[in-house]
Amino acid sequence: MESIVDREDGLNLKATELRLGLPGREESEKETMASFKNNKRASPESAVADGSKGDFDAGDGDRETAPVAKAQVVGWPPIRSYRKNNFQPKKAEGEAGMYVKVSMDGAPYLRKIDLKVYQCYPELLKALENMFKLTIGVYSEREGYKGSEYAPTYEDKDGDWMLVGDVPWEMFMSSCKRLRIMKGSEARGLGCGV
Amino acid sequence: MSHDPAEMSEDDERAPPADRGRAEYASPHADQVLENVLENVLVFLTCRRDRNSVSLVCKSWCRAEALTRPELFIGNCYAVSPARATERFERVRSVALKGKPRFADFSLLPPDWGAHFAPWVSAMAGAYPGLEKVYLKRMSVTDEDLAVLARSFPRFKELALVCCEGFGTSGLAVVASHCRQLRVLDLIESEVTDDEVDWISCFPDGATSLESLIFDCVECPINFDALEKLVARSSSLKKLRLNIYVCIGQLYRLMIRAPQLTHLGTGSFSPSEIVQQGDQEPDYASAFAACRSLVCLSGFREIIPDYLPAIYPVCANLTSLNFSYANINAEQLRSVISRCHKLQIFWVLDSICDEGLQAVAATCKDLRELRVFPIDAMENNEGPVSDVGFLAIAEGCRKLQSILYFCQQMTNAAVIAMSNNCPDLVVFRLCIIPRYQADRITEEPMDEGFGAIVKNCKKLTRLAVSGLLTDRAFSYIGQYGKLVQTLSVAFNGDSDMGLKYVLEGCSSLQKLEIRDSPFGDSALLSGLHHYYNMRFLWMSSCRVTRRGCREIARQMPGLVVEVFSWNNNAQDRGEENDIVETLYMYRSLARRVDAPKYVEIL
Repeated sequence: MESIVDREDGLNLKATELRLGLPGREESEKETMASFKNNKRASPESAVADGSKGDFDAGDGDRETAPVAKAQVVGWPPIRSYRKNNFQPKKAEGEAGMYVKVSMDGAPYLRKIDLKVYQCYPELLKALENMFKLTIGVYSEREGYKGSEYAPTYEDKDGDWMLVGDVPWEMFMSSCKRLRIMKGSEARGLGCGV
Repeated sequence: MSHDPAEMSEDDERAPPADRGRAEYASPHADQVLENVLENVLVFLTCRRDRNSVSLVCKSWCRAEALTRPELFIGNCYAVSPARATERFERVRSVALKGKPRFADFSLLPPDWGAHFAPWVSAMAGAYPGLEKVYLKRMSVTDEDLAVLARSFPRFKELALVCCEGFGTSGLAVVASHCRQLRVLDLIESEVTDDEVDWISCFPDGATSLESLIFDCVECPINFDALEKLVARSSSLKKLRLNIYVCIGQLYRLMIRAPQLTHLGTGSFSPSEIVQQGDQEPDYASAFAACRSLVCLSGFREIIPDYLPAIYPVCANLTSLNFSYANINAEQLRSVISRCHKLQIFWVLDSICDEGLQAVAATCKDLRELRVFPIDAMENNEGPVSDVGFLAIAEGCRKLQSILYFCQQMTNAAVIAMSNNCPDLVVFRLCIIPRYQADRITEEPMDEGFGAIVKNCKKLTRLAVSGLLTDRAFSYIGQYGKLVQTLSVAFNGDSDMGLKYVLEGCSSLQKLEIRDSPFGDSALLSGLHHYYNMRFLWMSSCRVTRRGCREIARQMPGLVVEVFSWNNNAQDRGEENDIVETLYMYRSLARRVDAPKYVEIL
């Protein structure tokens, strides 16, 4: 068996080459230095990552480079998956649905609906009408929900109460924290084109 | 082992041999007297390091020590065979076993690697009928193993399973029903399968001796009525940590039945779905106020911050607070933390931002341990906590001993400040999430920061590094880190010199785990003088080759050198010059007999 020293002498300069970067990559030094100066990391490798229990099947060591911005590396950062999993529902109401509380003036119970089920305002309003057995009517930009005793409102990310329908659906979806169906004079006040 | 009828030991617990009659008495030999005296003295020796030293004096002392050792601690379950361990230590009451290497927590260890409890419980069933306590960490435990445990040890009292997997609620049910003297059932960060067995109902009727029931990691619904009754009939219960399926209303009902609690895990800390508007909710604050001995709070798994004020009454007495599942902001934190003057241990999410850390630093002058976990684990340019919060802690919490800090940005200056302000630091783990990240302000590597830590913190035994580090950082570690026992390295270093500095300099090193760093065979071979002093070395995605690993195995027969192969086929294992994906090696008196196909033992 040849000794380690022999190998070092002839053949393995690359292994002991002084450079920044991950092992196994053929990255040019220039590129590495540029990244370093910019206070950014060298283009990260991206091992195929499923984040969960070791999917021990990464082929023969070749790695694909992912887009620089947010590469996923197996087991990095070193947080137990137990901790990572716990925030999916909280953070973005991800695939699990986007439930918001709905209160109606005068009703003793709150309800909860999943906004993701609806594609547009008319669908949402119909659902609310069914849920609370009332008529909300049709939205108009100038007059709100004129002709109805009720006005659907929502609390947005800034804590302000807005009339449902004023902003584009996508914007509504991303900013709505909860719904409230106002009744009576308060509702009419909103519909006065102020 | 002398079973001579003439023994004079008063505390003799061994069953008397058949031929020992009290009538016969002959003068004992001098060395037998010595051995008897020694045993009586050794029972007072509790520290296992002292016991290890004692056992090295001579054969007689070794025997005496082995007979009197009540607690067996095995830091690597593959370091010794169960048979050998149970043969040497005859009268063990408590066993602690650790299995998988820590990087298994981060999906770096392929599944089914090992660390099976089965051969151990089987050996202990025969050897230790009086066994009372078992502590397992990162072991693979099956329901069958738990059944064997429950049935084999009539005096069994304490079971702690930390970071374990392989069992489910069926296993828990057997333990609950068969271990009649159970005092402690602690399930911590373990994976428990939901077999839909109502294990809480399996505890025997009547008063229990339960002192600690920790099941916050059990992700299955539980029978609350049964739990309520269990708590009601467990008057010694001091530690109770509930899982996420217990809502705040149920928490209330449990708390009023157990005001004697010292440690409480609050479950979800939010109401179940339907909340009646304007309805009377229980006075949660009064329930907390009634728990006058409460010193440790955790849980808050789905916290609705509106309910935070409920814990105000206990804040003044709290020494430990775990908010690491509570998505709260700085303002919400401030209202709590400003009351926690006695706090020593604090775990939290970075949702509190640098501002929240400043609030902690302002109040918690007695803080010993801080852990800040990230809500968003992605590499970002900015994050909610940074060197700013870190610096605040350094300046405010001078008694800090242990820190684990995740962030997107850091500066050498902040780390140096902590090294100067917190001389009592024993554990320093800094995780700068973006790999190869330099100092935010100077854009230099983080060498000087970590260098200052090893230089100034003279009690440091555990270190985890991150960010952009050159070999210089490792030269500091090797030069100053003389007490460092555990070192974690990831995406750091320039060349073999880095690892050489560490292996040559860190004379106390026991556990070294490295990933994705450019260290190769030359560095690996520079540690030959030290590997028998270590518990293990882990290197994954580095530059070591099969040839280098084989050389280690050849020169050090007392090590088990495991190399994980991509290919399960023994013939196609790969060339000698190929870089190995993972090297895991450890000192051992045994050969592994249960290695899976992808593990090659060189």
